[in-house]
Amino acid sequence: MRIELERRPKVSALFSILSPFIAFALTIVFGGIMFALLGKNPVAALYSFFVEPLSEVWSLHELAIKAAPLILIGVGLSVCFRSNNWNIGAEGQFIMGAIAGSILPVVFYDWQSPLMLPLMLVLGMIGGALFAAIPAFLKAHMNTNEILTSLMLVYVAQLFLDWLVRGPWRNPEGMNFPETRTFGADAILPEMLASGRTHWGFAFAIIAALAVWFMMRYTLRGFEITVLGQSERAGRFAGFSSRKMIWFSMLFSGALAGLAGISEVSGAIQQLRPVISPGYGFTAIIVAFLGRLNPLGIIAAGLVLALTYLGGEAAQLSIGVSDKVTRVFQGLLLFFVLSCDTLIHYRIRLVRERFAALKTDEAH
Amino acid sequence: MPVKGPIASGPLLAVSNLTKLFGSFAACNAINLHIEPGEIHALLGENGAGKSTLVKMLFGVLAPTAGEILWMGDNVRIGSPGDARKLGIGMVFQHFSLFEALTVAENIALSMDRSISLARVAEEASRLSHVYGLPLDPNAHVADLSVGERQRIEIVRALLQNPQLIILDEPTSVLTPQEADRLFETLLKLKAEGRSVLYISHRLEEVQRICDRATVLRHGKVTGACDPRAETPASLARMMVGNDVAVVTSEGTNTKGDVQLEARHLSVAARTPFAVSLKDVCLKVKAGEVLAIAGVAGNGQSELFDALSGEYPVADDNAVQIRQKPVGTRNINARRLMGAGFVPEERHGHAAVSSLSLSDNLVLARNQSDKRAFLGGGFLKIIRQGAVKAATKRISEAMDVRKSGEDPPAGSLSGGNLQKFIVGRELDRQPAVLIVNQPTWGVDAGAASRIRQALVDLAKAGSAVLVISQDLDEIFEVATEIAVICEGRLSDPYPARELSREKIGLLMGGMHGKTEGAGAAHAH
Ligand SMILES: Nc1ncnc2c1ncn2[C@@H]1O[C@H](COP(=O)(O)OP(=O)(O)OP(=O)(O)O)[C@@H](O)[C@H]1O
Ligand SMILES: [Mg+2]
Repeated sequence: MRIELERRPKVSALFSILSPFIAFALTIVFGGIMFALLGKNPVAALYSFFVEPLSEVWSLHELAIKAAPLILIGVGLSVCFRSNNWNIGAEGQFIMGAIAGSILPVVFYDWQSPLMLPLMLVLGMIGGALFAAIPAFLKAHMNTNEILTSLMLVYVAQLFLDWLVRGPWRNPEGMNFPETRTFGADAILPEMLASGRTHWGFAFAIIAALAVWFMMRYTLRGFEITVLGQSERAGRFAGFSSRKMIWFSMLFSGALAGLAGISEVSGAIQQLRPVISPGYGFTAIIVAFLGRLNPLGIIAAGLVLALTYLGGEAAQLSIGVSDKVTRVFQGLLLFFVLSCDTLIHYRIRLVRERFAALKTDEAH
Repeated sequence: MPVKGPIASGPLLAVSNLTKLFGSFAACNAINLHIEPGEIHALLGENGAGKSTLVKMLFGVLAPTAGEILWMGDNVRIGSPGDARKLGIGMVFQHFSLFEALTVAENIALSMDRSISLARVAEEASRLSHVYGLPLDPNAHVADLSVGERQRIEIVRALLQNPQLIILDEPTSVLTPQEADRLFETLLKLKAEGRSVLYISHRLEEVQRICDRATVLRHGKVTGACDPRAETPASLARMMVGNDVAVVTSEGTNTKGDVQLEARHLSVAARTPFAVSLKDVCLKVKAGEVLAIAGVAGNGQSELFDALSGEYPVADDNAVQIRQKPVGTRNINARRLMGAGFVPEERHGHAAVSSLSLSDNLVLARNQSDKRAFLGGGFLKIIRQGAVKAATKRISEAMDVRKSGEDPPAGSLSGGNLQKFIVGRELDRQPAVLIVNQPTWGVDAGAASRIRQALVDLAKAGSAVLVISQDLDEIFEVATEIAVICEGRLSDPYPARELSREKIGLLMGGMHGKTEGAGAAHAH
């Protein structure tokens, strides 16, 4: 006997829309079971995980700060994924963007100018894009699998950052801590609202999402992305080049990841440290899929995933579970999103048919 | 041992009032049909009549909206292809589902219970292929095989399940005449064993040759049943279409003008191990001419199309000339801008993207050539949905494209209707040069004659038309000049009037002093 996935004759439109919500509900149910197994009251635990962080103004600001990089990266990845390019290394591009953008405030720390911040942001985008150019080049010209190359480059970026902040970029006045200088006032991304810490990175994320939504829905470029993602051959017939699309989508998503990186460093951390991301680049993959690769959906999904970060911190403080539950929740969510989507398109069948060989031996 | 016959002498399969709605559109509307044991039953009907929809319901791929299916007298629900196979129904789809990188035996094993060893599958498959005269090497890689051989895999795969009813959806539209003959022998053998065959085809001659009974569908309803041998192709066509099929006319003289399309010593190396290389191909098409390229499939036709269309530009700019300008290194849109239009052979995933709407598929082919009309917003290049939709409507009306909504996904159109749209999409531009690969593949008699007439008329209006086709009837209907392609070499062109079928046959069999018939053998 074996289990077989069989394409459904008809895909339910209703369930296609409901799928992310069902996935979220299942995540909550299984999260509750997990808390119960850990000996906590599941209702209270879920409350402190998912609701408490939303109940105060300062924590809403934290939510926006965490959502900003997720949305920014997720929007870029949606372009990649839709065009059938699988950039898994946004985490590395995030870090390289942060490093490139930090050249000015760390190396030229006594330069003061209103141009500082815009230049940092541009450098951040260039840094992310250049780092994404490596897997793009390898795929477009060497036929390499971009999933592997982009993923492996994440470790290169992480170790490079580690080396920088412990070595050449370490703060000479920093008592040997592995950190760079803190950024000067000109190099800090300001707060958006008077009520709290949310910086302009959140605005960038929303603008990027709206712009990509417009591009995908109304422009020839968006059409090109869709066509090449569906069929390379039809794209060639339309005069679109899949090689150029590899470059475009990888550089574009790299640039947005780089922008997310420098915004995070300049707006929230204000210096470089050995670790500057709790895995935003990877979590953004979940965001992109939970948002159904639709930029508007990605805004919502980014907020949900940001909540899992906050919830993990809150749960650690209030009920004393490890903040690793964040990862568990993210994993559950991705698992349920993908399985809901699969079950909408396929149904499961248990097959136990025997081999029915044709008995025509004598017919010959 | 023949298959154990169904109990008593009732029909093997009967459907009553079988209906399939897509939204409010009835693709199959209260269909009644029965298939007797040991008969070859033809299912006829124009494009979009609902033939594929009907057999997909019989095979559990689509769920019926209403109606009953009786199998050997029992009311059955066929929820999946697995259910159908269990009952004893096998199906060969028009579009094969084979993995190119795997061997024949591996592909067959994939559709079966995993507990069976590959060696057994290979043994069983080669025995069956032997019994039914379907030569197959179980260890061959699918990528190396011709379309006809791939179809044999599908048939053997269906036979392994010991079916009593085998459904074939347009099996011969991709076969060479020799391959088709071999298929008919197999079908007759199956019939002799008491199995039944449900056979869908647009080729009325072959229906007359092998089928015992025919059911005709129109607009989702059964409009008649007949003994095809008692009919003529013309009367069958009338039953399908509802009126007489127009004969393609080429009255009046074509005024020939300048050379509009030219290939000069075009040589292209094979891009993949399974492709054919083009060798020193020379051709000229003047305004007002229809040059038809005949040949057995797999002799370089698609490679020639790729080079002429610019989907794969060539190194030598002079090797391809459109309107007397070198374009060999230019891409497909540059060639379109010079007035050329292209219709590739494969509809799904090449000429059209199945999941996108018809209007999007219009943008697919005309995003540069019609950018004034279809794009706005300056550098943003915003697609003007209004203009695109209007043009889609215009084309659908001009070509009589039957569809289930205003702007449905291309994949929901029946094969022939999508083909009409794809041809109409180019004709709508009145291209100065039109290159078409297999223009009426899977298209019903009425629509085929409409498409062919359109090609003839286009040439009359002063365009240069190049038609690549396997179908000699089609070639004689449209061509003013005929050349033959074999193993990547193109013969000299001959005026269509001076050429007989026998001569073409000889040319197809290898014209460069090679052994006769080498071309046909090569294709296998
Ligand atoms: N999934 C679908 N959604 C909506 N309409 C559909 C779908 N599948 C088929 N149709 C419509 O049902 C009608 C019948 O289609 P079908 O494929 O059965 O035709 P056919 O007789 O096989 O034609 P052909 O000879 O061209 O293959 C067509 O008008 C088609 O547009
Ligand atoms: Mg069909």
